[in-house]
Amino acid sequence: MKLHENTAVVLSQLLAKKEVSAIEVTQSFLNRIGDLDPLLKAFVTLTPEFALKTAAEVDQKRINGKRLHPLAGVPIAIKDNICTEGIKTTCASRILSNYHPPFDATVVSSLKAIGMPLLGKTNMDEFAMGSSTENSAFFTSRNPWDPERVPGGSSGGSAVAVAAGMAPLALGSDTGGSVRQPASFCGLIGLRPTYGRVSRYGLIAFASSLDQIGPLALTAEDAALLLGAIAGYDRLDSTSLPEDVPDYSKELGAGIKGIRIGLIGENVDQQFDPEVNAAVKRKLTMLEQHGAVTGEVSLPLTDYGLGAYYLIAPSEASSNLGRYDGVRYGYKAESRHLEEMFSNTRGEGFGAEVKRRIMIGTYALSAGYYDAYYLKAMQVRTMIRRNYEKAFQSFDLILGAATPTPAFKIGEKSDDPLQMYLSDVCNINDALAGIPSISVPAGLHSSGLPMGMQISAPPSGEKLLLAAAHFLDGQKRGVPQRPQLEIGEGGSK
Amino acid sequence: MDRYETVIGLEIHVELQTASKLFCGCSATFGGEPNSNCCPVCLGLPGSLPVFNRRAIELAATAALALNSEIQGKSRFDRKNYFYPDLPKAYQVSQYDQPLAKGGFLDFRIKNEIRRVNLERVHLEEEAGKLLHAGESILDAEYSLVDYNRAGIPLLEIVTRPDLRSGSEARFFLESLRLLLLYIGVSDCKMEEGSLRCDANISLRPTGSQELGIKTEVKNMNSFKAVEAALEFEAVRQEKILNSGGKVGQETCHWNEETRETIPLRGKEGSSDYRYFPEPDLLPLLLEKSLIRELAASLPELPLQRFQRLQDNYGLAESEAQIFIDNRDLGDFFESAAKTYNNYRNLANWVQGDFLFQVRERGYRLEKTLPDHLVEILVQLDNGEISRPVAKNLLAESLKTGRSPLELIATNNLGRITGRDQLLPLVEQVIAENPGAVDNFRRGKEKAVAFLVGKVMALSSGRADPGELNRLFRDIITK
Repeated sequence: MKLHENTAVVLSQLLAKKEVSAIEVTQSFLNRIGDLDPLLKAFVTLTPEFALKTAAEVDQKRINGKRLHPLAGVPIAIKDNICTEGIKTTCASRILSNYHPPFDATVVSSLKAIGMPLLGKTNMDEFAMGSSTENSAFFTSRNPWDPERVPGGSSGGSAVAVAAGMAPLALGSDTGGSVRQPASFCGLIGLRPTYGRVSRYGLIAFASSLDQIGPLALTAEDAALLLGAIAGYDRLDSTSLPEDVPDYSKELGAGIKGIRIGLIGENVDQQFDPEVNAAVKRKLTMLEQHGAVTGEVSLPLTDYGLGAYYLIAPSEASSNLGRYDGVRYGYKAESRHLEEMFSNTRGEGFGAEVKRRIMIGTYALSAGYYDAYYLKAMQVRTMIRRNYEKAFQSFDLILGAATPTPAFKIGEKSDDPLQMYLSDVCNINDALAGIPSISVPAGLHSSGLPMGMQISAPPSGEKLLLAAAHFLDGQKRGVPQRPQLEIGEGGSK
Repeated sequence: MDRYETVIGLEIHVELQTASKLFCGCSATFGGEPNSNCCPVCLGLPGSLPVFNRRAIELAATAALALNSEIQGKSRFDRKNYFYPDLPKAYQVSQYDQPLAKGGFLDFRIKNEIRRVNLERVHLEEEAGKLLHAGESILDAEYSLVDYNRAGIPLLEIVTRPDLRSGSEARFFLESLRLLLLYIGVSDCKMEEGSLRCDANISLRPTGSQELGIKTEVKNMNSFKAVEAALEFEAVRQEKILNSGGKVGQETCHWNEETRETIPLRGKEGSSDYRYFPEPDLLPLLLEKSLIRELAASLPELPLQRFQRLQDNYGLAESEAQIFIDNRDLGDFFESAAKTYNNYRNLANWVQGDFLFQVRERGYRLEKTLPDHLVEILVQLDNGEISRPVAKNLLAESLKTGRSPLELIATNNLGRITGRDQLLPLVEQVIAENPGAVDNFRRGKEKAVAFLVGKVMALSSGRADPGELNRLFRDIITK
């Protein structure tokens, strides 16, 4: 087995036993990136020197007998909307194409303190607005299971990196499914933590009340390790939860005996690929056979979530993106005078989808429309949260499809924003409710593509989510977890 | 009777005196190299997030309490979205429909009357940066510079109801508000440095009418005098429009300090839509009752309370009390001295007279002066131990050297010279040196005595008693 084929937990053990060095591990992923990234285009920026420097430091510490975090020396890829001091952070937008933040996001500081080599910054839909990475200002990332297909988005680059073995772990951000949807398309574990569980400080805002940073990983164990490394109260983020962080890796094997699991009734309709529904049902049956108490749960407002989301998120975005004017940082357009500079900078700096959302949001917040749109959407949001609260009185976990279909083809939906928005339909309600939610592989579609299932828990229920996901990891029995990539000469297929 | 009544409401912004800014740890002090007190948060860099400064909230709540405004247990911050280069995030974190405090009032004295201005609300927001144009405005300047040192400084906004009736009333109100805020120590309230700013809404209506007329907003008034002048000017401007049968346009006017007129800004503003919505980066602000009680209990005496107490406790006249209100530290000095000296009116006369004159003339720092020293002088004077001229000299000497007047009296032998035995040598000397004046007196010129008395006073450095000298001269010369 090649080094880059290992999970983070296995790498951690190999490193701890000094069977491999962090430099070797890091180099093997860098090699893999060299082979595959020209084809798959997961990364916007690569940081090999920085990664190797970190790896060397970790190796030296290990030689010196320093106590190290289990993830010390395990490399990571980070979505390009998370600030890295001195390292270009673009949000896959032309407007930030030359932006080097002067500070690290809190999660980046945490990873640096642990000694996780940063392989690079991953591609995404511009400002995290999209579900395919097709909205990246730079290029579209490709799904390792079928390079003609999208990897999902907006954290598509992070998903590609992990799925293709170019990074054992990655960070994404999930505003309305941007971690879970690409995880589903790429056959990974993708976790959206409880809102506030992970600091947003240094995460470049799309929709502040929804944005959460979350891990993308091969296994629940890996995701648990990474979540433990980034979760916790941060005094720099007023919305972060002042709760202690449990040891997510402990009691992962607790099993699902007696756990009450509800299958969302509303998701199962004709818009969903029947194979996806069948796969979810199969998983539910499996859980039941192993002692879970299952039933159907009704979340009657599911249909309204998408509408509410596409008012709230653009409204916040329209405000968050007002600062990009070419004056202090970022892209600055040629112009004859100040006003022209502002409008040209934005006209040239933002892509179509970002502009669309700025306009939708500006409209929704305007005097005379606020009550009908933004306020109404916020009321729906409250009702959706209450729906979940009620559902969680009867169930410990709620289960449904992670995406209605497997990955779609590049270009298939890029001209139809509404169809694109619908690909997040399974993920949006959890985000609105602020609850934790995990996407786990649910087997392969007849097309050979991975399908995903989503499990949600009450606030701060990450431990239970991870235990359920870990249980399912153990039940795979021969289902291929990784795409079969043929690497030819020069790294192209 | 005037045909129109002027109706004015004010919107006042006050920079709170905190060590750090509202949402980050940057220093909030005035001045400094441009853009030296900045960080990712107050520069609005992508990814940065705001965190409350508890001190700013406490100061704001203190001000609300002093203004009788009802502090809300739960208030909320909102984003006020507008695009301007001094606003690094393109929105200002402010409070919209759930302000820190609602209602309230400020009573103030104007022309020996107490007037009440009701308040709409008191809320907290962040300050914007400062622009410097190399030209008239941002649009025609060759270039503009921006300093973000000010960005993020906590700003208190106080909105009054339209309760003011003239420019001079507005000025009196503002000065009283400033004094109140100085008393409670929330701001240094310097209009010239911009830590106290005021915009006004002004309209006219037919006298006796209850409806509000069409208002204009007057901006750019950078001193108390400017507030008065601008509003008086604007009232006249509107009156002329109304008298000629015209309609006042709902617009923003700029006060031009040089031409001394208000100039309407056409088109530019007025229709702004700030697209307020709750600031998702901050939790609602919850203020516990216990904290509010604590802040209320630690409120100092407010100017109007003190004004009343100075009259009640010390029998001061309104004008005397007013001077002590307006000059808080002088009032403190007075009250400190009054602890050991109970001829309060005399004390007040001295404090507001000779003492204040000396302090201002010589530029002494009031906090370094000792009330006890003045009391020592007054007691000696009252007891007849020193003369009034000596008392004044002593005061000057004691202020200059910081030495106790009692000590100065002893070492410089400044006690009064009284009694025939002590005075006679001086009187005889003056008679011998001024035969002309003596002759004049003998020939019936009364004024000559005053001259002779003056000579002895000079000779004795004011330690002799003029009355006693007068009698003595008459006695000796006419004998």
